[in-house]
Amino acid sequence: MGKEYSSVRITINNITLEVDHGSTVLDAAKQAGINIPTLCHLDLHDLDAINQSANCRVCLVENETRGTLVPSCAEIVQDGMRIQTDTKKAVQGRRTSMELLLSNHPKECLTCVKNLDCDLQELSNSMNIKDIPYQGEMMNHPVDDSSGAIIKDPNKCVMCRRCMTMCDEVQTVGVLSPLKRGFDVSVGTAFHLDLSETSCTYCGQCVSVCPTAALAEHPHVPNVWRRLNNPNRHTVVQIAPAVRVAIGEMFGYEAGEISTGKLIAALRRLGFDGVFDTKFGADLTIVEEANEFLERLNNDGPLPLLTSCCPAWVNFIEQKYPDLLDIPSSCKSPQSMVGSLSKTYYAKTMGVDPQNIRMVAVMPCVAKKAEAARDELAYGEQRDVDYVITTRELGAMIKEAAIDFNNLPDDSFDDILGESTGASSIFGTTGGVVEATARTAYENVTGKTLENGEFETIRWMEGLRKASVTLNGRTINIAVAHELKNARKLLDSIRSGDSDLDLIEIMACPGGCIGGGGQPFHHGDINVLNKRREALYTLDKNNVRRKSHENEQVKTLYQKFLGDIGGQKAHELLHTSYSKKLRI
Amino acid sequence: MSSLFDMESFDQDKVQLLDDYIGNYVAQNNLEALIPALYKAQTLFGYLPAALQRHIAEKLDLPSAHVNGVVSFYAYFSEVPKGKYAISVCTGTACHVKGASDVLNKAREVAGAHGETMSEDGLFSVNDVRCIGACGLAPVVTINGKVHGKIDAKDMEKIIRSTKETENA
Repeated sequence: MGKEYSSVRITINNITLEVDHGSTVLDAAKQAGINIPTLCHLDLHDLDAINQSANCRVCLVENETRGTLVPSCAEIVQDGMRIQTDTKKAVQGRRTSMELLLSNHPKECLTCVKNLDCDLQELSNSMNIKDIPYQGEMMNHPVDDSSGAIIKDPNKCVMCRRCMTMCDEVQTVGVLSPLKRGFDVSVGTAFHLDLSETSCTYCGQCVSVCPTAALAEHPHVPNVWRRLNNPNRHTVVQIAPAVRVAIGEMFGYEAGEISTGKLIAALRRLGFDGVFDTKFGADLTIVEEANEFLERLNNDGPLPLLTSCCPAWVNFIEQKYPDLLDIPSSCKSPQSMVGSLSKTYYAKTMGVDPQNIRMVAVMPCVAKKAEAARDELAYGEQRDVDYVITTRELGAMIKEAAIDFNNLPDDSFDDILGESTGASSIFGTTGGVVEATARTAYENVTGKTLENGEFETIRWMEGLRKASVTLNGRTINIAVAHELKNARKLLDSIRSGDSDLDLIEIMACPGGCIGGGGQPFHHGDINVLNKRREALYTLDKNNVRRKSHENEQVKTLYQKFLGDIGGQKAHELLHTSYSKKLRI
Repeated sequence: MSSLFDMESFDQDKVQLLDDYIGNYVAQNNLEALIPALYKAQTLFGYLPAALQRHIAEKLDLPSAHVNGVVSFYAYFSEVPKGKYAISVCTGTACHVKGASDVLNKAREVAGAHGETMSEDGLFSVNDVRCIGACGLAPVVTINGKVHGKIDAKDMEKIIRSTKETENA
């Protein structure tokens, strides 16, 4: 009982309804099936991230009780409140807000990276705006392309502060702030530093929620076309696990559509000379990482071992926890492993001059662009990976080439660097790397066959999860974190010595790579991430081989080329190092 | 980047005073201590260069971007050094109506201090501030914190010229 105290009676457009105490007018309208346009508002409820800055004034409605216009996203319901969303006053109020925003926004939609995928454009269309009556001074701020991963164009910013909600609250990184005020205000870095001089991890979560193109990925597409069009170059490509369950969204498929076969076919039509699977690299990572973990376990540490596939997370620890740099796994990321092998093992096997090979990686991530440029990730003169394009960029290339993606026949990966197990599929979702590591470590230590390799306890979407496995009588404590705020909790406990953990997986993005900053935009619908995630688990389940060490091509690689797991050659090609990075 | 954030060139005694102030400040949370810390720092050093803002950010465990956001929001805080005589012209409603913009323009012209930068001789800096709460005396000007009421453009010119003469004597 006591329900009368927790609910409120309000009237919206003459419909009376009971809503929870503390709800906003926007929530109440949704409950009544009434649509109110919004722009700055972003409710990623499952991620505990709500941007409720009430800055844009696009969601104005008329509060009849008070006779004023109120922003429905921030106005809290009160008993007896009367709201109208479709009166002349409300509609005109919203229109004026929108016209004012547009009056200070560049009109270059046709050539903008967000063309037809822009919240502002969509809203302008749905509000039937055909003319912008206000003409005045426009913002004029420098564009920042210093990072090679993210381009920041403050002139396209609508001051919604969604980026800050992601950066401050979800990632606890805090590199962005509104600077100055009034007309001079812009969302920028401390002291207007270049992004590359700040502690930005390039996770790209700001990009994934930006309603315009004020924050976007640094394009590598022109470079990729140049290589593909150069007959003297041998251009190869690899695809990350999370790309194949998301790219379909760009071609009208439901989220979670598995389009591996079409994707490979499309890449071959684009002219790539070799199509590899980053999942091969994932299996290889597991083999090396499980070996590293067992070595550390048998040699008294250092423990815990932290997985190191996520580049944003690596940037985070290098900048914020430089005293803990002995605990991340020294394994390169799967992207980098496949890259380095393409220019050594593949080149040798196929008789191609490694100098002529260019490796393009298709990633759900913008931080991978910065990872590819790391000094450590090269073998002699050759970079492991030359260009990184996001899922979105590849989708755009396929469209540009006028390839009929939906009707492509399924194709398969090359016979080298192309095979993968189920374990590598789940790399793309939070908990997957550690589950894959546990499967292989279990069999390596116990010598027994693991019948059911599904570790349900680490499969949920909660930000921080823990589990234990017993290996030959020793209990191994495992933790999984996604979003850097949760990583921070784990790192703080390790730093203070309170941690009894042995193995930790960290992914910077919500949900792991499925929610990466390079993925098709979810436009605030987190259910999209769940569908992509389910698809990865389906890929795992449907694979005959579900443990990384069962990958036949990986076995061949060790026999023919690398020698021992964790051996000298493996270390040269598949391992890396970290260093303290001082940033503002 | 390194030189911009170098704290070594600062008067270390003053840095110590600032650190003690921040260390002893009782606040519910670090964000609450930010404005008092910035106020103290500007009182000690005259202005808030990037290095000092970053220093305060580290002391309070806040992102530098947030500290810079606060500093650049308030007209009171200055990121550039001020002249020996810091002239603030109130541009609140009452002062505005009483002709504050004439006073401001005259001050900039006679002092030779435009925008945020100080005059070449280092004597003056001129900025506009929001209402300082002395509307009965409009238009109001403060010079190094001392309030001068009912000032018109002529008075402003006289004050600056006589200050110049005294300084150059």
